[in-house]
Amino acid sequence: MTELRKRGGGGGDPDSSENISDKETDGDDRLGLQGDMEGEGDGDSKADTPDVPLSSADTDNTPQCLNKALEGLPPRWKNYWIRGVLSLAMIFGFFLIIYMGPITLILVVMSVQIKCFQEIITIGYRVYHSYELPWFRTLSWYFLICVNYFFYGETVADYFGALVQREEPLQFLARYHRFISFALYLAGFCMFVLSLVKKHYRLQFYMFAWTHVTLLIVVTQSHLVIQNLFEGMIWFIVPISIVICNDIMAYLFGFFFGRTPLIKLSPKKTWEGFIGGFFSTVVFGFILAYLLSQFQYFVCPVGYNSETNSFTIECEPSDIFVMQEYTLPAAIQNTLRWKTVNLYPFQIHSIFLSSFGSLIGPFGGFFASGFKRAFKIKDFANTIPGHGGIMDRFDCQYLMATFTHVYIASFIRGPNPSKVLQQLLLLQPEQQLSIFHTLQSHLRDRGMLPAAPAHHD
Amino acid sequence: MALDHQFVLSLASCQLSTLCSCVCDCQSSCVCVNSRLFIHKQVSSFYRWKNYWIRGVLSLAMIFGFFLIIYMGPITLILVVMSVQIKCFQEIITIGYRVYHSYELPWFRTLSWYFLICVNYFFYGETVADYFGALVQREEPLQFLARYHRFISFALYLAGFCMFVLSLVKKHYRLQFYMFAWTHVTLLIVVTQSHLVIQNLFEGMIWFIVPISIVICNDIMAYLFGFFFGRTPLIKLSPKKTWEGFIGGFFSTVVFGFILAYLLSQFQYFVCPVGYNSETNSFTIECEPSDIFVMQEYTLPAAIQNTLRWKTVNLYPFQIHSIFLSSFGSLIGPFGGFFASGFKRAFKIKDFANTIPGHGGIMDRFDCQYLMATFTHVYIASFISLYLYYIAVVNIMMSTPLHLSVSFQRI
Repeated sequence: MTELRKRGGGGGDPDSSENISDKETDGDDRLGLQGDMEGEGDGDSKADTPDVPLSSADTDNTPQCLNKALEGLPPRWKNYWIRGVLSLAMIFGFFLIIYMGPITLILVVMSVQIKCFQEIITIGYRVYHSYELPWFRTLSWYFLICVNYFFYGETVADYFGALVQREEPLQFLARYHRFISFALYLAGFCMFVLSLVKKHYRLQFYMFAWTHVTLLIVVTQSHLVIQNLFEGMIWFIVPISIVICNDIMAYLFGFFFGRTPLIKLSPKKTWEGFIGGFFSTVVFGFILAYLLSQFQYFVCPVGYNSETNSFTIECEPSDIFVMQEYTLPAAIQNTLRWKTVNLYPFQIHSIFLSSFGSLIGPFGGFFASGFKRAFKIKDFANTIPGHGGIMDRFDCQYLMATFTHVYIASFIRGPNPSKVLQQLLLLQPEQQLSIFHTLQSHLRDRGMLPAAPAHHD
Repeated sequence: MALDHQFVLSLASCQLSTLCSCVCDCQSSCVCVNSRLFIHKQVSSFYRWKNYWIRGVLSLAMIFGFFLIIYMGPITLILVVMSVQIKCFQEIITIGYRVYHSYELPWFRTLSWYFLICVNYFFYGETVADYFGALVQREEPLQFLARYHRFISFALYLAGFCMFVLSLVKKHYRLQFYMFAWTHVTLLIVVTQSHLVIQNLFEGMIWFIVPISIVICNDIMAYLFGFFFGRTPLIKLSPKKTWEGFIGGFFSTVVFGFILAYLLSQFQYFVCPVGYNSETNSFTIECEPSDIFVMQEYTLPAAIQNTLRWKTVNLYPFQIHSIFLSSFGSLIGPFGGFFASGFKRAFKIKDFANTIPGHGGIMDRFDCQYLMATFTHVYIASFISLYLYYIAVVNIMMSTPLHLSVSFQRI
């Protein structure tokens, strides 16, 4: 989430005083940091306290057509219009890709991931002036490909089991998947060690760590998003919509009612925006869950039909997407004069998702704000006019995606039976038989299977 | 140690040169120089031998300690692995503090240790749930913790994350982000791999002992070969490593691994997976040894048949696996050591810490082990895959019967 950025025009307007105070705080930061770094005393201190050069993120990037259309307006309104138009464009784009189906969604998630990775790595390069280490860009992209290969291989092996069984080379890749991924990663690791150059050790280690932390944050969570998607598109749409709604609602509440600042990191956030955003997001999530639970297209797990070689989204909806009758507690019964209410259980889950997205999700945004302040950048990049880079739009999404995944794994989905079956089929026949007997006695104890026949004498 | 040595050396040379310049004049200066060199050599060789003795004695002590903890069984091993992990983590974090002068950020030490506990809790919970399935089923609170394990771990981690965000102080943003990243990369390297070591251990103590012994042997053999025959430098990062040491270490480690595999494959104590007996509440290491630990007859290829005049040879299949493990440990394992050397040079430190006299910190001894542990784990998972059995069984047992029967009906 970004605060309102002063773009285009900029000079000689009532907001310039804010600009100046920003500069003052930046100056303080710079002094403070240089004081911290003084004790380094070696040639690398320059790398530790870089002046981040003016990036392209600071220059105006609005397309010409918008500029022309908004010529007559004062700069502040121009800003609002640009942000508003682009927000609507992004929401429309979101609906479009949902309409186009799961394959498109996966491709979009992948491109977002690659763009976020590239933005963060570019910031690392600028901070450390490490453009002159040519190996490093290659190695960063190589590690990205390795980790993606590892994660996609795990996902594909799980969900496209039938396809994998059919093709011989795919079977080999699936069986030794972890070993192949590890070998690929090791090759990159050895290349890193061989590429260590005498004067640039520290820089190279910094970039190595930077790459790995970025991979940890960006790539892991984009794969959690895709795993959520496979559970059913509703698990993808609802969390993302919750975060978008919270962003917009908190902004609007803060705009109209905002008075008490929330946190020093993001001075424009207010308590009124925070709380207003929370309540409106819970309501929004509740309604959205109701709307989406009715369609199989959203609710069914994405399956792969190996005969027709396409994705099928047809199933018998799980229990949480079947309307159920809940008895209201006595207190609410008296006020509303309803005895029972018909709800989808998923709506109750959506309340928890919304609460997390509004209360804890913003910490992802604060983290990104702190990061930007720490490295003295205004935005991650300049991809979206008025909004900044892709990473700026997605910083709150990451915590939400991880939470949704953990939530599904803990409360919705039990162990995946087809996966268990797959693992069982890999074992030796004696082991399979042993598991079968253990399972049989277990089910007999629980009364699911008829009791063992009497022993023959 | 080396620091003391240099200091005394320079002191001796200094005093000697003063003596010479007082007593000698230009004609006899070469005599002075010779005597100065002579005493210089004596002093330095004294310190070198002292160094060698200390290093030698401590190497033997560590190897003896290794045997001792193997003898004492799996629980002791797990405790030792945990303490090594905590010590390595503490060493690396302390280096981070020193590099960034971040002692004045009191939250940070707390947060780093908190993250360590969280990640350990997550990993140990996954391991315990897998291997102590019976125990977990019995105790009600453990069942709750096991069922919602991932959620609880995530919640704990999130609490730490939020504390980090709330602890960001205006003037120290960058420092705090550096320490955050430093902590996470350390966790990734140290904690993940110590848990892989423990998972290897549960497969059978031989999967713990053989890789570690391979790395130790490679260290020692490469050092000895380099000492006696070393001439061609190997890599600029570590100027004392030589190609002769590298190759000599490789061959001797393969032979050593082969012999060690033969010796250990005969005992159930090493070969059987560590099991937990819920009745007696103890670890049992009894089983029918898997096929790879049963002696088999291999027909030698024709070429070797002619030279050795043996038709077949009796080997444990595990010995063939040990050749692959040894090859990795000698050829790729040293890259872990080079990585650590580069790290030390990058941050201008001589050793990670000063825990072991003559050797440095715990991390210095274990830097090669980490790649080996990960490789062994991936090797087991890909080519041996005994643990799938346990995971499959536990997954089934953890399902509720209703869910399970319905699911299987659908399949």
